[in-house]
Amino acid sequence: MKAICFYFQIHQPFRLKHYRFFDIGNDHYYYDDFADDDIITRIAQRSYLPANEMLLDMIKEHGKKFKVAFSISGTALEQLEQYVPEFIDSMKELAATGCVEFLSETYAHSLSSLYDPEEFALQVKAHDEKIFQLFGQRPKVFRNTELIYDDDIASMVYSMGFKAAITADAKHVLGWRSPNFLYCSASAPKLKLMLKNGKLSDDISFRFSNPEWASYPLTADKYINWINELPQEEQLVNLFMNYDAFGELQPRESGIFEFIKALPRFAAEHDIQFWTPSEVVSKFKPVAELAVPYPMSWTDEARDTSAWLGNTLQQEAVRKLYSIGERVRLCRDRRIKQDWNYLQASDHFFYMSTKHNDDGSVHSHYSPYDSPYTAFTNYMNVLSDFMTRVEEQYPTSIDNEELNSLLLTIRNQEQEIEKLHREVEMMRNNIVKDTTGDFPIDMPIEVPDPVAAPVLDVGPTLEEKPAPKKKAPAAKKAPAAKKAEPKKPAAKKAPAAKKAEPKKPTAKKAPAKKPAAKKTK
Amino acid sequence: MFGWEFPPHILGGLGTASYGLTKGMWENGDMDITFVIPKPWGDEPKDFANIIGANSTPVAWRDVNWDYVQSRIGNVMDPQMYFNLRDHIYGDFNYMSTNDLGCIEFSGRYPENLLEEINNYSIVAGVIARTVDCDVIHSHDWLTYPAGIHAKQVTGKPLVIHVHATDFDRSRGNVNPTVFSIEKDGMNNADHIITVSNLTRRTVIEKYGISPDKVTTVHNAVEPLNEELLKLEAPPGKTSKVITFLGRITMQKGPEYFVEAAAQVLHKVNNAQFVMAGSGDMMDKMIRLAAKRDIADRFHFTGFLKGKQVYEMLAASDVYIMPSVSEPFGISPLEAMQMGVPSIISKQSGCAEILDNVIKIDYWDINAMADAIYSIIQYPAMFNELREQGLAEVNQITWDKAGAKVINIYRNLINR
Repeated sequence: MKAICFYFQIHQPFRLKHYRFFDIGNDHYYYDDFADDDIITRIAQRSYLPANEMLLDMIKEHGKKFKVAFSISGTALEQLEQYVPEFIDSMKELAATGCVEFLSETYAHSLSSLYDPEEFALQVKAHDEKIFQLFGQRPKVFRNTELIYDDDIASMVYSMGFKAAITADAKHVLGWRSPNFLYCSASAPKLKLMLKNGKLSDDISFRFSNPEWASYPLTADKYINWINELPQEEQLVNLFMNYDAFGELQPRESGIFEFIKALPRFAAEHDIQFWTPSEVVSKFKPVAELAVPYPMSWTDEARDTSAWLGNTLQQEAVRKLYSIGERVRLCRDRRIKQDWNYLQASDHFFYMSTKHNDDGSVHSHYSPYDSPYTAFTNYMNVLSDFMTRVEEQYPTSIDNEELNSLLLTIRNQEQEIEKLHREVEMMRNNIVKDTTGDFPIDMPIEVPDPVAAPVLDVGPTLEEKPAPKKKAPAAKKAPAAKKAEPKKPAAKKAPAAKKAEPKKPTAKKAPAKKPAAKKTK
Repeated sequence: MFGWEFPPHILGGLGTASYGLTKGMWENGDMDITFVIPKPWGDEPKDFANIIGANSTPVAWRDVNWDYVQSRIGNVMDPQMYFNLRDHIYGDFNYMSTNDLGCIEFSGRYPENLLEEINNYSIVAGVIARTVDCDVIHSHDWLTYPAGIHAKQVTGKPLVIHVHATDFDRSRGNVNPTVFSIEKDGMNNADHIITVSNLTRRTVIEKYGISPDKVTTVHNAVEPLNEELLKLEAPPGKTSKVITFLGRITMQKGPEYFVEAAAQVLHKVNNAQFVMAGSGDMMDKMIRLAAKRDIADRFHFTGFLKGKQVYEMLAASDVYIMPSVSEPFGISPLEAMQMGVPSIISKQSGCAEILDNVIKIDYWDINAMADAIYSIIQYPAMFNELREQGLAEVNQITWDKAGAKVINIYRNLINR
């Protein structure tokens, strides 16, 4: 018995419009909506929608025997929701059959796994949340942007609770070993690894319609026979490809849809089954550990990260981008958050590649720019503007740790003020109920004074004013409190508080924020 | 070979290219090259080519002795050559103004009576063709086409003409009919035509109506720079970025686009200076334009630079721009790249066909030009990438490769 595991990638970036240096500081909208709309609609019409239809037919025809997996980036989902909502519906329909598994990845199809672990974790979470909202599934298997993988990423992914990861079959890592087995990570042995069978995957996605290829024309019969003829012990064939291989890379006229449709029939003859990654992981045992000290991917001839980080332009752009990561995470402005996501898409760096020959032609095929230098210029102009906006929110003259503690103080004070408000309210009520006459009703301002006392630790200026009116000054005066440890004001005040309820969130927040503050240095 | 200019006394790119190609062919070995120029000065390099001056070739018999010849032209040419040439005078040219050696005087430049000089050059070529035994005749640029044709008629050997530029490039379309007819005549009589770029090749095929199979492109190359020039550094105390235009300030070179792009950049950036180095008939107009755009304080004109000054200027530059409207090849961006200066060139120049690590723009696209300038001076990664990759790339473009291609063309002609 053998198993085929199909997995399809769907990704589209938000392409940048032509952004001139005059626009820096003036224009904060960066995207070429027309191009995005145009491209995604075209690909959806030619590829995604008919392919979905095909899969649905196949699942209906073969019952639960035909299964596939998808990995759809958050940016692609956003574009599809906006421009091709019928695709989302059709995907939901597929999801409802139970034969489709969704994989986890970074929301923005970003390179954060290589540069910013914190951002990486946040993006994976955001993506999984989006998948759950749309398709009601919590992804269990992880696949990184363009299958980028190394030992460090394995540890992070495992600590996030994933059972398995999907990656490429780089020759320089595998050597003599076959990708047709389940492996496990060397750095996190409980994390299982599924490797792409490069030859058989690319036969479909790149060579299928090439008449110069020795095996042209490829038929389902022939293809299944190849799989069947693999050595007995090699039971797993992972076919990973871009979803637009159907209808876009391989045009409809080439018969690619019919080819896929015929696969299950021939597979059944040889007892070859179709499994989702989760099934593979639960049914197979890993045969060996795989150590990957340097990142590999499924892109370009080199199968490493040189497609995005191969030259100094790309390195500079990525470095500049992630240098403000921590700042952006402090921001609460939604547009900044959104731009931050879109700017991280690995595609922007892909366009800046200066490779020549075969790799180069792939890069320029996808790139909306006429040269890598234009790509860099445009991106850097946008990034400059974006960085100015972040700067406007939090000037670089304050370092991150300081800023963190200030923000924490402000937030704590807000809570504190609210708490005091409530107490005042409560006491006022008590006073109204008090009928002894000892406390006249027209003197309520005096009452909060003793309660306000603990606030003194936070800002010395606060004592002059009564607590209830303090909201604005407290926020303004916050810088005066910067010498205070970020945790201290909260911790000190917590015991002072009389009620257990407001105490909890304050105490919780403080230790949670602290590790983040430490990492900055 | 017939040429018009030869280093070190050059007026434009033609001399550099003729020299480089000759040397490149010599490096491929087994070549015996005679190079004819109108007026040698005596300090031309003679190790790889035998140089004959048209102004020391007798066309009328003069009875002079060895010592006299030695004293008159010994610094330029072997006196024995003079006597060999004198034995092959084929007509009586005494009606022409000749000097005491029976030679015609040449300016070797581009004088008012250029057409007359071209004609004289062709007369001299007849003498030389009868004296020097050769397998192939090679004429550089239209000035020497008539000489090449004459030599071909005398010897019956195949003629190769080398198109470094056409009049369509020089005049932005307003072709001088006399020049055109000389060019056209040369192309018709040539057995093979070499162009310096595909751009020029297309002009030759389309505008001159030449059969495409007779025209081959051999891209120009560059000589490696010597240590002294490479060591040149930017002057100390330089605080702002320098963007340089280097070339004749004429219509062909597109100077006005450079000024307009400069105006855009200077509106946004303070620490930049623009330099227009060179001279030409549009210089005054450009000075007025810069003043009109209110950027004259940071836009400088240096006038004509020569020799080492060019490289000093490049060493002080951060960006080099060549916005030529039409450039058959354009060797100067390659020189800038050799000096490690990132270059921006127009797509309408021949060298754009072989360069990857430069920024290519349309000459009229001022916005793209300004964007590119801004990016290079503002983003260090851009500067470094272009500088290093450009240097690596230009070092691969050598004349011996071009020479080998030309030799190959010769072989095909001889064996035909």
